[in-house]
Amino acid sequence: MIRYDLIIIGAGPSGLSAAIEAAKRGLKVIVFDENAKPGGQLFKQIHKFFGSKEHKAKIRGFKIGEDLLKEASDCSVNVMLDAVVTGLYLDKEVTVKTGAGIRHYKADAIIVATGASENMVTFEGWTLPGVIGAGAAQTMMNLYHIKPGNKILMLGSGNVGLVVSFQLMQAGCELTALVDAAPKVGGYGVHASKIARCGVPFYLSHTIIKAEGEQYVNGVTIGEVDSSWKVIPGTEKHFDVDTICLAVGLSPMSQLLKMAGCKMRDTPGGFVPKCDKNGATSIPGIFAAGDVSGIEEASSAMIEGRISGVATAEYLGFISKDEAEASIKKLEKALFSLRQGMFAPENRGKAIEKTEEGINVSASLLKNGFVEASEIERFPGFTKQKGLHPVIECTQNIPCNPCQEACPKNYIKIGEKITSLPTLNEAGECSGCGMCVASCSGQAIFLVDEDYGPGYASVTIPYEFHPLPAAGEDGRALDRSGKEICTAKVIDVKSKKAFDHTHLLTMRVPAEMAVKARFFCRQEGENE
Amino acid sequence: MIRIEEHPILGKPDERKEVAFTCDGKTLTGFEGEPIAAALKAAGIMIHRYTKRQHKPRGIFCAIGRCTDCVMVVDGIPNVRTCVTSLKEGMDVRTQYGVSARAWTGEEESNDKI
Amino acid sequence: MSKIKDRLIDMGEFMPMPGDDMVICRCEEVTKGEIRKAVHDGMFTMTEIRRYLRTGMGLCQGQTCGGLVKRIVAGELGISPLELEPAASRAPMRPVEMKVLGNEIKEAQ
Repeated sequence: MIRYDLIIIGAGPSGLSAAIEAAKRGLKVIVFDENAKPGGQLFKQIHKFFGSKEHKAKIRGFKIGEDLLKEASDCSVNVMLDAVVTGLYLDKEVTVKTGAGIRHYKADAIIVATGASENMVTFEGWTLPGVIGAGAAQTMMNLYHIKPGNKILMLGSGNVGLVVSFQLMQAGCELTALVDAAPKVGGYGVHASKIARCGVPFYLSHTIIKAEGEQYVNGVTIGEVDSSWKVIPGTEKHFDVDTICLAVGLSPMSQLLKMAGCKMRDTPGGFVPKCDKNGATSIPGIFAAGDVSGIEEASSAMIEGRISGVATAEYLGFISKDEAEASIKKLEKALFSLRQGMFAPENRGKAIEKTEEGINVSASLLKNGFVEASEIERFPGFTKQKGLHPVIECTQNIPCNPCQEACPKNYIKIGEKITSLPTLNEAGECSGCGMCVASCSGQAIFLVDEDYGPGYASVTIPYEFHPLPAAGEDGRALDRSGKEICTAKVIDVKSKKAFDHTHLLTMRVPAEMAVKARFFCRQEGENE
Repeated sequence: MIRIEEHPILGKPDERKEVAFTCDGKTLTGFEGEPIAAALKAAGIMIHRYTKRQHKPRGIFCAIGRCTDCVMVVDGIPNVRTCVTSLKEGMDVRTQYGVSARAWTGEEESNDKI
Repeated sequence: MSKIKDRLIDMGEFMPMPGDDMVICRCEEVTKGEIRKAVHDGMFTMTEIRRYLRTGMGLCQGQTCGGLVKRIVAGELGISPLELEPAASRAPMRPVEMKVLGNEIKEAQ
């Protein structure tokens, strides 16, 4: 029997964060993870995170993971990989499968940070090879550099479905359609807009009827559903695809907590342990942190982990109650700021009609994945003016402010309340540096010069695909819905280290298209 | 082109050693250390096993070692999760029929009850 | 399990429905119809269903089918899935070979 002060189950963002805080305060910590690599799902996230600087906004998920691993190693946190915790018993004993045998460990405190697993949805043919989870797609392309398929249908319009759809396109796949039985897009509007303007069609209020193929997927049929989720006859649509990706939600993997005897509660969001704000469950000494205590996102998981790490240090007497409270208060403030806005946990499922500023939300965004030309003018970030200026198409209140921080000329303003929609500061000016375009994690900022030349305007868009077009190339401009609206010529492509792989593509379009042109497509065919 | 040679964000994959292995007797190549399932996918192989009861094909589903749909017989051992098992030079990978390493003789009935 | 007065319910006859041949437990290939019929056979709890049909006892140990089975059983009983107690969580949490389970490594790591 090997004893530790603290055993943490799961070396994902929340487990590692907890280990760091505990180790920093002198606890002897070990973290067990069943995978061959630490970091949980964090290393598969290649997009820039939201939030503010303290939440690592505009940093790509895998980079945050690398920083977390380094911090853990600097604190001498012990992480055992390929270590499957097979049971959590009375008196905080765990059995761990390592290699060819089982080892017993005991600790005075346990933090369960096992994360979540993907939900399932059934339809005819769902067991065929070619039907994969969204996590599987991310694992294949972002960890192993393998395309999950060629033509993909994504089921689910939550953040996972939207983000993975974009990543599939970055990996060179064709996103044939995005389908969701719900009538509204579930994830951030900006994530939806990123793929809508590339031409990905959204089919809300649709469900998969059948995955076709004898030995593997070679097609799919979807159909529209009515208010009782029944398929409306005559609405069937068929697509030739080789892959169907399921992104229909996550559920906490809380079986170890149940086994240990923690009081649990069954919620629509999953089977979670009853715990206090520090993650303490009904069993003294057993804590839960991250998605296992309730599905949120990596940013919240990391803070929850840190809070539990501090709480266990206090529980075991390594720090005083006052020291713990001081640290936890700071962390809670960071967590609180993340849990604001339209997508706050308390707003889940609610129909939000207006932004905090009182502006009517875009109905088209929720139904089709893009803001209509007629709706965009309502939002403060959209302005028409002389000379080069940013056009910020951010239409939902989400805690996020890297655009404000990125502008060297203080031209973009969000303010204290980071869920506020960005506006342009009258006192500032635009130098055309493009840092705002590159720093916006939602890729919702463009630079527009309506007087580029006689009859022409220039539109600078964020571009994260291969192959990268070159200056001088001719192509077509697409509007927010992905429809080709005019010819376009690439004037400039800027790639800077500070942009972190977000290239700035400036295209010349007819002047009247400045308010519509939001994506560039090359002459020969689809951007792959 | 199933392998992503250069990714817009991740760049090129790390240098890896190319190794040969067999799948149902046919020689294929993959990279040492990548999951067997990744090498099979790159080779265009979709089916990993046939189920015991309904004799239906299964392949990669969750890709993180949880659903056990991708299991195959590897070096004689059945029920090996190919998505979390690293590829080694000379591995003998075979399509799994049912839940053991035994190949079907053709006399098994499909136990389709419904 | 507070709402169901177990043995007093008359589930009535099992009526086959379209979609009954949908595989729910992928590992053991248990179909929706079999799960629905099991409820009519008197299996009202998740643990009973699991022992009766082997849903959740295959190689993945219920990781994949848990939520689906719960919804179907609750649907058949006419209650919300939230009112059904999930099946008991027991070690080992992941499939472990017998020879590994029996190999207790005693020396310090």
